[in-house]
Amino acid sequence: MNIRAQIASVFHLDKCIGCHTCSIACKNLWTDRQGAEYMWWNNVETKPGTGYPTKWEDQEQYQGGWERDANDLQLRIGGRGGVLGKIFHNPKLPTMDDYYEPFTFKYGDLTSAPAGNDQPTARPISMVSGKPMKIEAGPNWDDDLSGSKVYAANDPGVVQLSSEEQAQMFAIEKMVMFHLPRICNHCLNAGCVAGCPSGAIYKRGEDGIVLINQDQCRGWRMCVSACPYKKTYYGWNTGKSEKCILCFPRQEAGDAPACFHSCVGRIRYLGVLLYDADRIKDVALREDHELAAAQRAIILDPHDSQVVAAARQSGVAEQVIKAAQRSPVYKFVKEWGIALPLHPEFRTLPMLFYVPPLLPVLSQPNQGTQKLAEDFFTSLEQARLPVQYLAGLFAGGNAEEVKSVYRKLIAVRLQRRQVSVGDLAETEAAKARDVAGVSAAQVEAIYRMTALTRIKERIVVPPMLREQAVEAGMDPEAYKQGMGFGSRRPPKRRW
Amino acid sequence: MTDLILFGVFPYVAVALAVAVGSYRYVIDRYSWSSHSSQFLESRLLFWGSVPWHYAILLILLAHLLAVLFPSGWGVLLGRPVRLYFLEVSGLALGLCTVIAIVLLMARRLTDARLAAVTTKIDWLVLGLLLLQVATGVYIAFTLRWGGVWYVHTATPWLRSLLTFQPEVQYLAVLPTVVKVHAFNAFLLVALLPFSRLVHALSVPLGYLARPYQVVIWYRGKTSL
Ligand code: HEM
Ligand code: SF4
Ligand code: SF4
Repeated sequence: MNIRAQIASVFHLDKCIGCHTCSIACKNLWTDRQGAEYMWWNNVETKPGTGYPTKWEDQEQYQGGWERDANDLQLRIGGRGGVLGKIFHNPKLPTMDDYYEPFTFKYGDLTSAPAGNDQPTARPISMVSGKPMKIEAGPNWDDDLSGSKVYAANDPGVVQLSSEEQAQMFAIEKMVMFHLPRICNHCLNAGCVAGCPSGAIYKRGEDGIVLINQDQCRGWRMCVSACPYKKTYYGWNTGKSEKCILCFPRQEAGDAPACFHSCVGRIRYLGVLLYDADRIKDVALREDHELAAAQRAIILDPHDSQVVAAARQSGVAEQVIKAAQRSPVYKFVKEWGIALPLHPEFRTLPMLFYVPPLLPVLSQPNQGTQKLAEDFFTSLEQARLPVQYLAGLFAGGNAEEVKSVYRKLIAVRLQRRQVSVGDLAETEAAKARDVAGVSAAQVEAIYRMTALTRIKERIVVPPMLREQAVEAGMDPEAYKQGMGFGSRRPPKRRW
Repeated sequence: MTDLILFGVFPYVAVALAVAVGSYRYVIDRYSWSSHSSQFLESRLLFWGSVPWHYAILLILLAHLLAVLFPSGWGVLLGRPVRLYFLEVSGLALGLCTVIAIVLLMARRLTDARLAAVTTKIDWLVLGLLLLQVATGVYIAFTLRWGGVWYVHTATPWLRSLLTFQPEVQYLAVLPTVVKVHAFNAFLLVALLPFSRLVHALSVPLGYLARPYQVVIWYRGKTSL
């Protein structure tokens, strides 16, 4: 066994209100500069929808992630030779038009326009060329547009559904949507790392954070293709690719990452997972429908004394093991089994897990008023989103995985309703728990973690010690002046 | 005298600049070392420019290099008329390729407003000089036939004399002006290399072919702490 620690996350989608506060926190901190306008290291998508960049999930188009080749793994963009062969022009690279052209408005014209009969206007201009432009896309362009024939209907996950399932999602008065916040998954089998010809992208051994060494990046822009989640972004004016850094400077200071910290819905959980690095490839080679379970299986119990001993032997620091034992992510993913990886079939072993949204069932028109359906919150069959759609997102198409989560979430709701409203027989709640295979105590624990915990319980940042190690070798004054990304010059083209 | 400066002194200045400034840039400002890909802003024309450009220029450079390093082998290779003819034709075709491609790359940067935002003066200078270089190259191939053969008896001894620090410029002095322009411009490009995006050509990522897919870096591996 080769045990490593990974900082992993859970996003609880039932709690996400789609406010984009996370996106703004990240933007203000890291990407508020020329060339990075379009980089939304954190973005919030509306599902069903085409996402950002448009149709990023469609790997026929973008060729991201891995595929199985005989009994080996190969990047979809090609083997090593294939990657180098495409270096002069990368045929699958998304271009700015797949995201949007950043724009601003000529506000000055509003005040400087000569007096006249017409209202002065502020024309939109491109933040790349400075020329007037027609705005055709922007961040969150399809926000809340479920039911759209342009966006939702072209969601790669929707296209795969049966026509009945599609009809269910697009029926008038039954239209449905939820929000999907996305950051880099800090994958165990990262596509971006594997695709980088320069070897500039790496995983930090101690905590699993995936970073791009800005000094080593040569702008070959292969990582953008190789990441199936499109979470590396090419800086068009610096010639360097950039991505979410899981706010390692904040974590090294003991703080939560900015998007986690600012999350209004408190949907974000962060903690350490211990896993067996020797089994990464085995897991990545499984069948699509087995991937979610296989990925769970690689995560080890930090309370098991054998695991702890092996972790020590592999060099995992004592404090990190302690942090793993308090990890809320471990609870969500392993203990309770209610968080699933996004698109495990891309085979990068993403380390960001989602509690799928248990959307309320319909209200029905009833003699001029709206009436909630009988089985409020309780029926899987009545789920407003086709389970198959969610299975396509979170389980490589395995609907059983999603149903298993839903049964537990339903059990939680019923038990809490019985406790707090009291209009339900205890036997009803017990029945739901039996079906789901959870105990009353577990249900209380899930409820507590979902609804009541404060930030220190939701976000358990392990002590990293790294800042001491860095500072020990550096002049503190010089270090303070340092720019982000380990370079002490502004990120601009100079030569 | 001019010949001595242009072909006996300047090559050393150019290489010295390339090495000194290149090392400085690599050590002090490695962040700037990049291909500065512009595909994100414009992809379609880049395909028709960049792909033929690179494959053709790399093959041509390889031929130039081989003829300097292994002149006798090169002579044997071209000993048969068929092979000489083949090289002459393919060289010309590749040369034409580079000319068309670089014109396309320049046109692309001229016409696209987004690209204008990422195109610097030095980019234009490099593109212009590269055009001059491949255009004179093709002109020479057209007008002064069988370059594959006479190169070995003119350019090769000149370049080898530079390598041994005993520059013998007379090999070049007798050649037509267009060849002199081609030779001087080549070293001008060498001199410009460290000041421009051309540095990317020095970072050929061949190591990728051999490294494991995943890269994990441990802090403890780098420090005793
Ligand atoms: C094997 C080594 C080389 C590699 C891997 C390489 C790779 C690249 C890449 C990735 C780009 C960016 C294309 C884009 O915009 O996406 C580029 C651009 C360029 N390369 Fe190379 N290159 C190599 C050798 C050369 C050589 C030897 C030359 C010239 C002597 C050259 C001249 C150029 C020029 C002029 C551009 C800019 C084209 C433009 O956008 O206007 N390259 N190269
Ligand atoms: S999500 Fe993409 S960028 Fe992040 S580690 Fe995985 S492959 Fe790399
Ligand atoms: S963890 Fe930090 S860098 Fe990553 S998306 Fe959130 S705020 Fe941005």
